[in-house]
Amino acid sequence: MSLGPVFRVAFFIALRDTVRGNRWASALTILLITLTFVNLVIVGGVLVGLIESSSLANRVRHSSDILLSTPASKSYIEQSAAIISLIERTDGVVKYSARYAEPATITAGYKTKLNPKDVEDYARAVVAGIDPVRENDLTGIAEKVVEGRFLKPNEFGAIVLGSNLLYKYIPIDSPGLQTLDIKGVGEKVRLTVGGNNKELTVVGIIKSKVGEIDQRMFMNGAELRPLIRRNDLNVDEIAVQVTDDAAIASVKAALIAGGAGKFARIQTWEEAQPKFIQDIKNTFAILGNIIGSVGVVASSITIFIIVFVSAIVRRKQIGILKAIGINSNAIELAYAMQSVFYGIVGITLGMVISFLVIKPYVDLHPINFPFSDGIIATTWPSTIARIVALFAATLFAGYIPAKLIVRKNTIDAILGR
Amino acid sequence: MALIQAEQLTKKYQDGETVITALGGVSLSIEHGEFVAITGRSGSGKSTLFHQLGLIDNPTSGSLMVDGTDALRLTEKQKTGFRLKHIGYIFQDFALIPTLTALENVVLPLLMAGVPHAKANEIAAATLASVGLEGRGKHLPSELSGGQQQRVSIARAISHNPALILADEPTANLDHESSIRIMGIFKALRDRGITVVMITHENEYAKMTDRVITLFDGVIEKEERN
Repeated sequence: MSLGPVFRVAFFIALRDTVRGNRWASALTILLITLTFVNLVIVGGVLVGLIESSSLANRVRHSSDILLSTPASKSYIEQSAAIISLIERTDGVVKYSARYAEPATITAGYKTKLNPKDVEDYARAVVAGIDPVRENDLTGIAEKVVEGRFLKPNEFGAIVLGSNLLYKYIPIDSPGLQTLDIKGVGEKVRLTVGGNNKELTVVGIIKSKVGEIDQRMFMNGAELRPLIRRNDLNVDEIAVQVTDDAAIASVKAALIAGGAGKFARIQTWEEAQPKFIQDIKNTFAILGNIIGSVGVVASSITIFIIVFVSAIVRRKQIGILKAIGINSNAIELAYAMQSVFYGIVGITLGMVISFLVIKPYVDLHPINFPFSDGIIATTWPSTIARIVALFAATLFAGYIPAKLIVRKNTIDAILGR
Repeated sequence: MALIQAEQLTKKYQDGETVITALGGVSLSIEHGEFVAITGRSGSGKSTLFHQLGLIDNPTSGSLMVDGTDALRLTEKQKTGFRLKHIGYIFQDFALIPTLTALENVVLPLLMAGVPHAKANEIAAATLASVGLEGRGKHLPSELSGGQQQRVSIARAISHNPALILADEPTANLDHESSIRIMGIFKALRDRGITVVMITHENEYAKMTDRVITLFDGVIEKEERN
């Protein structure tokens, strides 16, 4: 028997069976495949997206595309002025922001303390000295002020605190975690840095869900500089934004070639991420795949049962088809074609729901997790892998039961034995 | 040479430790263009014999030649192909595919035989017309009466010009008028040289054939020419 008639008859039967057959069973199978696909994409995407969004937020709000920081053996980036000049001259650089960053202690309630022996209300964190205009232009940090306002240019005596430094944002009582128990904006606090004290007014609180930001304090660089005795204008961090992703490697290479690498650690935004972020991302991706795989298996079994029940119910019909001379390969192929149809429709609907409904919605309204604004992270290779896995499972689950029934003796099939 | 030549066909079933003999050694010969009825009471073995002659079940022993082919040497797939070329089946309950229209039910074996779709449609429409169903081709089986469904079943069986038509109780589910019409079609097929073997338990219709073979307890009790 040549393949032509087998294929033609299989298509003939499959098409009409799909169009005129049990629509509920067809709808149920398609719905199942659709939901499995959505589950595969969304669950995995949310798990990875949790970390991905955290990672992206760190890039936007803190490191920008390239981060130059103080080498471990130094106290600051030496030759900062020359390096900044090099940055300004390098092709592909769009903007940058230089920061002072020093460990400091901030104390509150010292004026109202009745007994000098009472424990002070203090917190330790890095204080960042910035140019407010340049920093906000680079990172948009002012958007993340949740109380009060951001620093004004050349504003002295003002400080903006990261939300993690305040008890009201991190209400955890732990000896290892010191937070300020203050109301927030308008409070006077004492900054101790480099052995100097300075009284400042809290003008704003920042909550960005980026650890590096929420754990810091921000004040004008010009005011911080004398406190840390940095009269040589050397800074601790320089965040650099470049034209596009393709320029990251070339700008980094140009900075290294220009000699900046001798005085600063130069990292791309990915390299500047804490390693655990990438580890968590990988772990969540595996977790997403495991959950997705369980979904595929569960879906395959259900499709298998639906097709098997359908084939059992039509056992007599299959026997009759064989009795009138229809090749068993054509009958099996007809079931396989129906599975292919269900797979295509189910996966297409799943893609529409996932990529035209859920993902755009979540992009506009990120899921509010405590440590990130959750997005759905998907890539085409991972989506294609999921499509192939689900399609193969659907085909397998549809074909095997048909094969089992068709293999039965013709008379047994006709008589339902 | 006879179209069907069966020698000592037996069929035994195992039911626990009991062996049930459905056919106890049936030998028969049916010629080309003959119209034969196989009758007998319920449990006489006529359906079992019918299944053996139609190559949809395997005998326990014996030999069976159909249209010059040793049918018992064929594999399952070869038997399916053989049925497509040489045998047309008509079932008691019509056995039409419910998701196919009358025309499509008739077209199906033609497509399997490699006939181009347009030509198959043409042949199927002409065959339906020959059994009095012109204009009914687009109806689904559920939209047809029992008699009409049986005629679609006959059209499907004869559309690819088989040498042998096997009909299992074709009038059992039909009223008298429809049954007479079906018998008329079978006679016309016989007149065209097609062999028709019909299982029936109704004497009235058995008498309309050329020869009646009566089975009793799995063996041929008698043969009569009409």
